[in-house]
Parts: sequence; structure tokens; C-alpha cells
Amino acid sequence: MTSTLRRLGPSRTGVQDSGSGEASRPRRSGHRSRNPLTGGRWAALAFVAPLIVYLGAFYVFPLYRNLDLSLHDYTPRAFVQGDADFVGATNFVEVITSTIFTSAVVNTLVFTLVSISVQFALGLALAVFFRTNFPLSIGLRAAFLIPWLLPMIVSASTWSWMLNSDNGIVNSVLTAFGGGQINWLTSPEWALVSVIIANVWLGIPFNLVILYAGLQNIPDDLYEAAHLDGAGAWRRFWHITVPMLRPVSIITLLLGLVYTLKVVDVIWIMTLGGPGNSSTTLAIWSYRRAFGTGRPDFSQAAAVGNLLIVMALVFGFVYLYLQRREARS
Amino acid sequence: MNVRRSWWRTALGLFFTALMLFPVYWMFNVSLTRTNNLRADPPHWYPKDPTFDGYTIVFQQQLPNLATSLIIGLGCVLLTLLISAPAGYALSRLSMRGSGTIGFLLIVAQMLPSVVMAMGFYAIFVRLGWLNTIWGLVVADSTIAVPFAVMLFTAFMSGIPKDIIQAAKVDGASTWRVFHSIVLPVSRNSILTVSLFAFLWAWSDFIFASTLNRNGDLIPITLGIYNYIGNNTTQWNAIMATAVVASVPATLLLVLAQRYVAGGVTAGAVK
Repeated sequence: MTSTLRRLGPSRTGVQDSGSGEASRPRRSGHRSRNPLTGGRWAALAFVAPLIVYLGAFYVFPLYRNLDLSLHDYTPRAFVQGDADFVGATNFVEVITSTIFTSAVVNTLVFTLVSISVQFALGLALAVFFRTNFPLSIGLRAAFLIPWLLPMIVSASTWSWMLNSDNGIVNSVLTAFGGGQINWLTSPEWALVSVIIANVWLGIPFNLVILYAGLQNIPDDLYEAAHLDGAGAWRRFWHITVPMLRPVSIITLLLGLVYTLKVVDVIWIMTLGGPGNSSTTLAIWSYRRAFGTGRPDFSQAAAVGNLLIVMALVFGFVYLYLQRREARS
Repeated sequence: MNVRRSWWRTALGLFFTALMLFPVYWMFNVSLTRTNNLRADPPHWYPKDPTFDGYTIVFQQQLPNLATSLIIGLGCVLLTLLISAPAGYALSRLSMRGSGTIGFLLIVAQMLPSVVMAMGFYAIFVRLGWLNTIWGLVVADSTIAVPFAVMLFTAFMSGIPKDIIQAAKVDGASTWRVFHSIVLPVSRNSILTVSLFAFLWAWSDFIFASTLNRNGDLIPITLGIYNYIGNNTTQWNAIMATAVVASVPATLLLVLAQRYVAGGVTAGAVK
């Protein structure tokens, strides 16, 4: 955990020079509990107890409630009274055999894979572009963070208006160049594309920052040597940047995957998952079942949610595994 | 030669940035557009004949929502710091069995889909009567920031030179005293970074607000905008004006605390 922070977050945050932390580690394990620093086991427990209580109350308990919901048949009434019937895996079976399931899975895959690959490609291109400093480069790079910092509702509603069929700026530009009017948000063919465009825009800053940090760790000598050997920019990119950046890239992509799988707000604000189910992902489906209609079905929503957790954690553990392996080597 | 090449890069960089920030500009532009010009074809590329009508509406209707968001954001900062700073110290300094497990749990916690968390919170809050309360949202929103905060504090605090702490201990300072009068002051920057992000995430939250506070009297600004979109689709200048106002904290943050932000994004790689 801390290794990620150290590797990706150099002294910028005030994460102090990692050297001293690293150096103190072996010393600490060398001493046993005699060390006055490590003696206060009770003190340590007292300091960490609020966190443990917090994690239990606000992570484990909601997750348990969620599992509980998915295994019972909760009607809105039973939801308040807490007397729902236990139905075992019925909700899961119903969800998986539902007609929406296949399209939701396909939409989730398309949304996630297209989003992260385009974000990554653009983020990498920009990181390479910003690698060499030029006048204003620091300020411009900072400006690229803005989409990441804006509240999601702000970005999503701005995109909604830009993609508006009749009055949107995007269609206006398209028709000016002789293109046809596209019903971005209201036609089944384009709704998913629209939310992907907005989501890519939102994700570029993250990819840029992480990949830029990764590029900083590639020694300049390598590029200089290659340059002397007559390698052009393109060859240097493929033979130095790409292989050297591989570990950071894999981590960026996996994290992107985990975070894109669970996206709700952009899609919900822009299309509500529609028209029909054309932009309904698993996360949206779950959200709609629970909160999006007048007749909530918390049990099925929770079942979908739990499937989503499984998916997120599978990729999450791959990420953790690779990251550990990376840290060890 | 070199200078000219770098100017060429600057020009290209400006172009990319302009392209990237176009939606932000557009939001600003629409917020200043008169209602009868909203449907102009082609749209006006700059605020021709600008009006502050949209902003007047914001201040007439959205002030309570802005105040609610402010309170939730500050509450969230407080709760996050109270939980995470001592925990970060414990995990970094005081050798603790199971600190690896906690670190692992924190990473997993960040990967949980928020829609699932929202459902879990909803089920709990229904019973407790915490739905539509500010307190409920403070608690829910803090779950976005706490794992990040603990990890940031742990990373920073394990870099504090041991000698300082050792010296204080030899002088007979208690663990609490060391934490309070040495560790916390030294960690000022981390506290700032954590506070900024905890505030920003709480301020920006939509999912928890739209699920746990749907019928509240006091709604945060994100929900204010959302309800606007639902009810009032013709008044996009007012919607965009609200959006501009809702973006103020993020903008201030970027201008005033840029180095903390950039650092936070990288450190938040796990987020």
C-alpha cells in the first residue's frame, strides 16, 4: 500500500523523502517490543480503534446489509419492517436470467473497455507530450486536472447540454462541417457513445498524471543514448517508453477498470441508462432498481450490486497481486 | 532553434488545453447567455450581450443548498481527520500487528462500487432514521475519503525522523502528547491535502446525496442542480450558472493549493 504511495507520489504531497521511512523499517523489525517506540501496544490500539470501529460500522455493516438484501425478498414494506422472507439465490437467478442482464453486461464491457483504452491512449500521448518541459508546460498540465476536480454533476450536465440534439454545440459544429444531426442522448445507437465520450474526458486527467509520474522515473540517459544511436522519436517511444512504462501502465489500466466498472453518476445524469436500456450498465441497472423508479426492488438491486462487487474485486486482486510483485522486484 | 522549438510546443500545448477545457468554457458561456439566445442557431461562441440572470436565480434559489453542501463538506473533513490521523500514526509508527491487514482492507474498501454502499447505507439509515439528515450524508461521504486519508497519513508519518519522537519519549512524553505536539504539527501538509480532498469529494458527491437525501429539506448543491435538470430544462443558463458556482471550490483549490492537488492525485492513485 505505502509502496504505491511512495512510488507514484513523490515529495509533492509532502510525503516526505521516502528514504528515511525505508531506512527505519529494518531497524524497527530488528528490535523487539523493548523499543520504547514499539512498546505502547495499547496506545497503538487506542489510536487505531476508531478506524476499526469505523470500518466495521460503515463498510462491513453496509456490505453485510447488502448481502442480506440480496438473499431475501425485500418489498418496500418489508424493507422498513425487516421481516422479509429468505429466498436464497432466487434473486441472483432472476437477475441473471432477466432479459436486461445480457445487454447490461455487454454495455458494461463496452463502456469500461472503450473508456479505459481511449483514456489511456490519450493520457499517454499527453504525458509524452508534457514530458519535456516547455514554457507554460506546468500551468497547462495543472489545467488538465480541472475536469477531474469538477463535481460530476457539473461535467455531466455540461456535456448533456453540449450534446443536446437541437441546441447543442457539438451538433452545430458537425452540421457546419456538412455532417448530419446526431441524436446523441436520445437515440439508442448513440447514447452509449455519448456517455463514453464524457467519461473519457473525465478520465484523461487521472491517466495523464499517473503516466506522467511514471515517465519521470525513466532515466534521461536512455533517451539520450538512443538519440545518439540515431533512433528517431517513434523508435524511442516504442523501444524505451513503452517497455519501461509497462508496470505503471498495467496498474493504471487495472485501476481504471475497477473504477470504471462502478460508474453511475455520469451515465445516470446524462441518459438515465436509456433510451430503453441502451446505456444501462450493471451499476446503472442496480441503481435504477433501487432508487430510480417509484417501485424499488432492493433485493434484485442488491443482487446486481453483489455481482458487480465480485467483478470489481477480481480485477482489484489482480491489481494488488501485480502491484505486490512489482514492489518486490 | 531550441527556443523556437519549445514555442511550437507551447502553441500545441495551448491548443490541447483549450480543446480539453472547452466544456468548462462552454458552461461559463451558457451561464451568461440570455434565455432567448439559448436556442440560437448557430449558438453564440462567446457571451454576446451577457446577462447575470442565471446567477441571480442561483442566489435566489440555491443559497440554502450551497450552505448545506458547505456544512456537509466541513463535517466530512472533521470526521475524516478524526478517524484517519491517529490511525495513520498508529499504522506508521507504533508497531502494530495486523497493520498489513488494515492496509489491505483500505484498498479493497476503495474498490467497492458506491451504488452498493449507497444501498447498504440506505438499508441502515431507514432503521436509524438517518435518511435525509446532514449527519447521515457526512458519514456516508466520509467513506469516500477515509481510506485515502489513512494511506496518505501512514505514508507521510512513517517518514518523520524517529529521533524527534525518540527524544520526546525519553523526556517522558506520552504517546498522545507526542502525537499531538510533534506528529500533528509536522504533518501539516498532509492534513491540508486530506482536508482539501475530503471537502471536495463531499462537495461533489452525487450518488449518496441522490439516494440518502432524496426528500430532505436541506439538499446539497449537486442535488439542487440535478433537480433543476429534471424540472426546468429550458433554463440552461440558470443550470450552468449553478454549475459554475458549484465549481468554485474546485477552482479555488487548484489555484490556491495546486501542489497539494497534484500530489493528492498521484497519491490517490489508489483511489
